[in-house]
Amino acid sequence: MGKKKNSYAKWGYIFSIPFVAAFLVFSLYPILYTAVIGFTDLQGLFQNEVHILADPLKNFKDVLTAPTFQTALKNTVIIWIANFIPQILLALLLAAWFTSTRHKIKGEGFFKVVFYMPNIITAATIAILFKAMFDYPMSPANDVVMTLGLADGPINFLINKNVSRAIVAFIQFWMWYGYTMIILISGILGISPEIFEAAEVDGANGWQTFFMITLPNIKTILLFTLVTSVIGGLNMFDIPKLFMLGGPDNATLTTNVFIYNQAFSGSYMYNKAAAASMIMFVIILIISAIMFFFLRDKDEEEAYKIEKARIKKFKAEQKALKKAGKEV
Amino acid sequence: MRNRESSVVFKVIMYIVLVLLAIMSLAPFWIMLMNATRSTYEIQQHAISFLPSTYLKSNLQILLGKSFNPLVGFKNSLIISVFATGLSVYFSTLTAYALVVYDWKLKRPFFRFIMGIMMIPAQVTTIGFYQMVYKVHMTNNLLMLILPAIAAPSMVFFMRQYMYPSLSMEIIQSARIDGAKEFYIFNKIALPIMKPAIATQAIFSFVNSWNNLFMPLILLTDQKNYTMPIMVSLLRGDIYKTEYGSIYLGLLLTVLPLIIVYLLLSKYIIAGVALGSVKG
Repeated sequence: MGKKKNSYAKWGYIFSIPFVAAFLVFSLYPILYTAVIGFTDLQGLFQNEVHILADPLKNFKDVLTAPTFQTALKNTVIIWIANFIPQILLALLLAAWFTSTRHKIKGEGFFKVVFYMPNIITAATIAILFKAMFDYPMSPANDVVMTLGLADGPINFLINKNVSRAIVAFIQFWMWYGYTMIILISGILGISPEIFEAAEVDGANGWQTFFMITLPNIKTILLFTLVTSVIGGLNMFDIPKLFMLGGPDNATLTTNVFIYNQAFSGSYMYNKAAAASMIMFVIILIISAIMFFFLRDKDEEEAYKIEKARIKKFKAEQKALKKAGKEV
Repeated sequence: MRNRESSVVFKVIMYIVLVLLAIMSLAPFWIMLMNATRSTYEIQQHAISFLPSTYLKSNLQILLGKSFNPLVGFKNSLIISVFATGLSVYFSTLTAYALVVYDWKLKRPFFRFIMGIMMIPAQVTTIGFYQMVYKVHMTNNLLMLILPAIAAPSMVFFMRQYMYPSLSMEIIQSARIDGAKEFYIFNKIALPIMKPAIATQAIFSFVNSWNNLFMPLILLTDQKNYTMPIMVSLLRGDIYKTEYGSIYLGLLLTVLPLIIVYLLLSKYIIAGVALGSVKG
């Protein structure tokens, strides 16, 4: 019997081979290669000999001290925050409405389909669509301005750094709030309904239920949303690249557009781009680790305790109710 | 009584917000759809219109008269998306099968390893990947955008979570007693059981692959290899500068297949998003 088990065990290895092979060739090797390139003088299209730099950290220092990289990093953070905070707040509100037992929403399915739709559409197309919508001198945005008489002439929105940045943040918000809403709804629906019933029995109102029960119970899902959003945000590329090509005056230049520009738009500075990639990788790792550390153990334990206490209370009350019912 | 009144007020506000959000989500697509049928002159007069016009054909002629070729983009995107999706779905299920069905020494470390690499953003690999592909002279080869799909860690994770409760070891054992080979059991018994999970993951894999801009933009330099998102970026160039109607039409053509697929499958897609969060 033991022998037979062993003969099957080999299939575990065999079936994992394609995955492992593809990972080694298309992920691990490129990552290590990128890391190595970060220490070399690899630049230009036709360089045959590549050397490790005398000061191996030179590329990293250069990138970190480059004003363009600092601007890109700053923009990435600003755009992410400006999109994420309204996005998570709106998604929470909508998720609370859609899962509320007090108010049944008519057309729930329709609203979900519509809110999620921007997420599935090609980001490249959306970037250029928004560019066209805010163009100068004539665009839908200027049509509104002129029709309502808000300005004497058409406004060149996209020449303003803050407006351009705000539009990029808005596009991200617009593309992702429906997705976040659906994730949060499924998180809330995963909470045991008994807890909500117990809260209702206790006389908790909508706000209290939301803050005391819903929020603590979806912390894991919130963490998931936060982590994926941070990673996605730090990798933002399609929208800023195609909306204003990183402009005006680098106002929408994100770190990923910076990396692309270093290596692939005529300057061929692969070593600088590789160093910037690695810097971003380390930043992502640190942020993810911090978030996991802070939001994990403690709160999950506490939420579990609250849940247990609630269930206990609920059961006791049910018993009491049944008793009362029998007596009547 | 007061309670009911405030409840009505609340409901009214809620529906107003929902309708406004629905308009916000749909308006850009509506503007795009309408303006695709309007002439540049009409758009310059009023860029927003609730009704279509009659210039669809002339917009199309102007659009196709220049470098924009939606059919080429469509073909390339379709090839990449179909094969990448097929590979990633098949091999992710196979890897999940190895993790669920067999007892092997490295099983647990391997699973932990897969969870660890799930978070690695693809962009970290870019420069090294490009250099590697460039050295073997395969930059304009669509295979380089298809083969990496074999290793999709988050899909393996999802498939494993789904497979654990739904695949019973008894079926596998009895198939073995009947003399079935391991590959046969996987293909004929496990894959059909995994159909619902495969369908969900296939949709998302396909859409992601279809919408991907970063890697194709780096690797594909030959115009005949352009994918749809790269094709879109041509619309931003100077050649279409004043042809507003054609730009909107071009944008519309690039997303029309997606919109149709979405409207047909929206129910499954939204269920899939929800499922992905709970399990992954």
